[in-house]
Amino acid sequence: MTRRSTLRFAMRGLWRELRSGDALVLFGALAVAVASMTAVGFFTSRVAAGVAREATQVLAADLRLESASPIAARVLARARRDGLRVAQETSFPTALFHGDRSQLVAVNAVTPDYPLRGRVRIADVPYGPAIATTAIPARGTVWLDSRTAAVLGLRPGMSLRVGAIRLRFTRVLAFRPDQSVGLVSLAPALLMNAADLPATTLIQPGSRATYAALFAGPPAAVAAYRTALRAHPDPAVRIRDAAENSRELGSAVERASRFLNLASLSAVLLAAVGVAMSARRWASRRVDGVALMKCLGASQRFVLGVALAELAAIGALALIAGTLAGAIAESGIAWLLRSLVARELPAASVQPIAVAFATELAMLLGVALPPLIRLRRTPPLRVLRRDAAPPRLRHGVVPALALVALFAILWLMVRDSALVVDLAAGVVAVGAVLAAAGFVLVRVTRRFRGGVGVAWRYGLANVSRRGVASVLQVVAFGLGLMILLLLAVVRGDLMREWRASVGARAPNEFLINIRPQDVPALRRALAALGAADTPMFPVIRARITAIDSRPIASLHFAGARGRAFAEREQNLTWSADLMPDNRLVAGRWWTPADEGKPWVSISTEYRDALHLKLGDAISFDVAGEPLTVRVASIRQVRWDSFRPNFFLVFPPRLLDGAAGTEITSVYLDARERPGLAALAQRFPTVTVIDVDAILAQVRTIIDRASLAVQYVSLFTLAAGVIVLLAAVQATRDERRHESAILRTLGASRFTVLSGVAAEFVALGSLSGLLGAAGAAATGWWVAHRLFALRYAPDPRLWWFGILGGTVLVGVSGTLAARRVVGAPPAQSLRAEG
Amino acid sequence: MHPGSNGAPLALDAIGLTKTVDSPSGPLTILADVDLRVRAGETVAIVGPSGAGKSTLLALVAGLDTPTRGRVAIAGTDLGRLDEDGRAAVRGRQVGFVFQSFQLIPSLTALENVMLPLELAGDPNARAAATAALTEVGLSARLAHYPRQLSGGEQQRVAIARAFVGRPPLLFADEPTGNLDAATGRRIAQLLFELNRAAGSTLVLVTHDRELAARCDRIVELDAGRVVG
Repeated sequence: MTRRSTLRFAMRGLWRELRSGDALVLFGALAVAVASMTAVGFFTSRVAAGVAREATQVLAADLRLESASPIAARVLARARRDGLRVAQETSFPTALFHGDRSQLVAVNAVTPDYPLRGRVRIADVPYGPAIATTAIPARGTVWLDSRTAAVLGLRPGMSLRVGAIRLRFTRVLAFRPDQSVGLVSLAPALLMNAADLPATTLIQPGSRATYAALFAGPPAAVAAYRTALRAHPDPAVRIRDAAENSRELGSAVERASRFLNLASLSAVLLAAVGVAMSARRWASRRVDGVALMKCLGASQRFVLGVALAELAAIGALALIAGTLAGAIAESGIAWLLRSLVARELPAASVQPIAVAFATELAMLLGVALPPLIRLRRTPPLRVLRRDAAPPRLRHGVVPALALVALFAILWLMVRDSALVVDLAAGVVAVGAVLAAAGFVLVRVTRRFRGGVGVAWRYGLANVSRRGVASVLQVVAFGLGLMILLLLAVVRGDLMREWRASVGARAPNEFLINIRPQDVPALRRALAALGAADTPMFPVIRARITAIDSRPIASLHFAGARGRAFAEREQNLTWSADLMPDNRLVAGRWWTPADEGKPWVSISTEYRDALHLKLGDAISFDVAGEPLTVRVASIRQVRWDSFRPNFFLVFPPRLLDGAAGTEITSVYLDARERPGLAALAQRFPTVTVIDVDAILAQVRTIIDRASLAVQYVSLFTLAAGVIVLLAAVQATRDERRHESAILRTLGASRFTVLSGVAAEFVALGSLSGLLGAAGAAATGWWVAHRLFALRYAPDPRLWWFGILGGTVLVGVSGTLAARRVVGAPPAQSLRAEG
Repeated sequence: MHPGSNGAPLALDAIGLTKTVDSPSGPLTILADVDLRVRAGETVAIVGPSGAGKSTLLALVAGLDTPTRGRVAIAGTDLGRLDEDGRAAVRGRQVGFVFQSFQLIPSLTALENVMLPLELAGDPNARAAATAALTEVGLSARLAHYPRQLSGGEQQRVAIARAFVGRPPLLFADEPTGNLDAATGRRIAQLLFELNRAAGSTLVLVTHDRELAARCDRIVELDAGRVVG
């Protein structure tokens, strides 16, 4: 037969194959895998494209210098001489007050010409239509974003206090190009004229301000200027350009999308199980037909060709249907995460379709093809002798192919070989644990058969008789339910445990930028609000220059944290006493006799990131003055005490004379908090940070993100349903025969159906139990190992798991098997013969 | 083509066929040194008790299985020199089958089942020829029916139509009436012999049924894997 006639023959058979159910399950498994991959792929590609497109806009310039201290005037002058346009931007957090309301905002004080790239957009009223502008706020005015205006109850035209002065709110700030350095735009923003900045007195020595110089101009001039800057690098100044920014944002997107990818990966893996089961069944149902066709003269090539063409057609249909479903599901993810993604997203790329196609191909070749290849070797003798079957595939061929396919899928999704190895090990370990647990549960079920009625006995007997298939279904649903329970129930439990561990009266307000001369008055004011004996800590900013006389630039640190410690300015403090939430793990704390000695106490994080030990010499640049100290002790810090804490603590009197500010944290109950407004007006330089508000914001992000992951996990459940359907299909003939025998022996249709329902209810409750146990165990592990919390699972976890599994598996399994057991017994028995 | 004893060419020439299989108690000989030569146009019945080796002999002479020893030639082509695809091609050109259990593909209609051998041979007029064949067996009103919608007798008629539709010179029938009641069996046997006569094809029939065997030109009796008569 020609290739064309093979194809025609295959296509004619395809419709019948799809109607037969086996091919439909195969189609469903492939479509679920494609849909889950494209849904996540489309979304992350849209975000990545959005980030890449706006990489220069995010800088608001072609080149940007950032530093914790003002950029030197000669650097700006040189740029102007080189023909570049220059703007400056000073950013820092501060609390705004209006009446009894307060809000922490990021202030951006800018010079004319800001932004050099992109446009600021403003509106006349909060949430009103925005227009682009080239202006910046006039002196004496500010532009404020809609959310802050709403929180503070401000309308355009009203004035508000910013530090020591009052400024008028004239326009609503809808967008500024450099408002978010990544996906997430957190802090509400205020834009003001840099000329007003000194009068606010908000910038003090040691303030946490970032100074940026923005440059734009012809590409050659920008490149020449960048080369000149890099020739004399200043470790205190960070140079950012579009390429670097794009890279950084790209990797941020990749990190952020990893959870979504992992969720979709679990769906793909389960779908692969569904593909394997349905392809096997599909192939086994074709054995008789193939034997007959070979008997009638069909060649092996024709047999294989027909099977391959049908498989390819099913794959193509699944790719189209899955991609469509993925595109629809993607809009769901984008909607769930809309408040986190600050920008309008561009259209998705087609790359996710290519990745999904490659995954599908890997699944088809690795999992679905082997049983079909085996089909080619069907002996024609089978038409005469039923026991003549195709030879078994050589040992290891199928698992090896499946394993190769699995690794290919993993790599395609995460593109990180090390992670693939870890993930594969994790998947195998979790799968093995779940399978072992499932096996035990299925075995235990057998013991309950004695004490139940005929329907239940029949159902439970089926669970244990179909051992492997039962374990597979329990694992498939258990995994999906585990992910959902982990995110929906355990996460909330952990959050509550953590809040409880922090304590009801943990500080909820941080006060920073306190001038030393204001300390006595501020202490009195805080005491009047009910926060007596508030400990204050001096804050001095310094940069590390050398470790054991080796310049810091010559040292290499692998971790991001090590590099950050080495490159950025650190906040230091001094203290006579060890803080109550610190514990010494090495060395000794200083005595009054040690005051003024060149020693330092470092935190365990600092030790680990910079590979330090007791006695090491660390050199600092403290406001231009060199200082070398030795590590005298190492502390473990409980950062979640919400008290000021430091990586570096010096003995008293060593840093006398260094200019700095003070920091403190207090607990104020709801009645006293309105008093903060008056306090902030009296001490305009002090920035009040509301911990509760920040935690609420972080929580919103976590809630949204985990909702998106839960949403993607629904694909895992869909894949679980596919595995269940595949299992039902695989046992269809057996079930038909058994129900015919039962009905012939006098069982009513209801009794037979009850038996089937019992089987799936048992499977569902076992998966729910397994999912809940898995979620509880993971929660316990996370609580103990990562957060050092006590964790006892909420009893609802078990109920949700068992009830959810029972309803989901019980209903879908019974519905799927209903038709099979409903057929008249005579028809079923005759079909057997 | 080798001439037969009466001068007609040999449609089937099997010499010294032996089939041995492995069993838990050692090698088991199912068929021992069996010769079967069938002239073109001849009808031959292979009879014998269960386990005599009838179906094994049929499988070997039809090229569905390979002998441990011996040689099979269909229309002069030595099957032993062909691989599985080569044997399939010979079957496609030369051989038609009728089985006890009908062997219809349940997902294909009656018409599609009959079209199958023609399509496998690349015949462009498969549909018309299959329709004619089904009409010939009295099933013109059942073309679009699936096997499960047909009675046993009707299913066997479809199988007979499929066997004859490609006008194969050699026809093998394995217990063609074995799954049918006596009356239906007689009608099916009648149909089989009529069509065989009309087509002038060679028929090799395996059966338990002495009455059916008696309708053939020659009877070959097997017992315990040997020709006994």
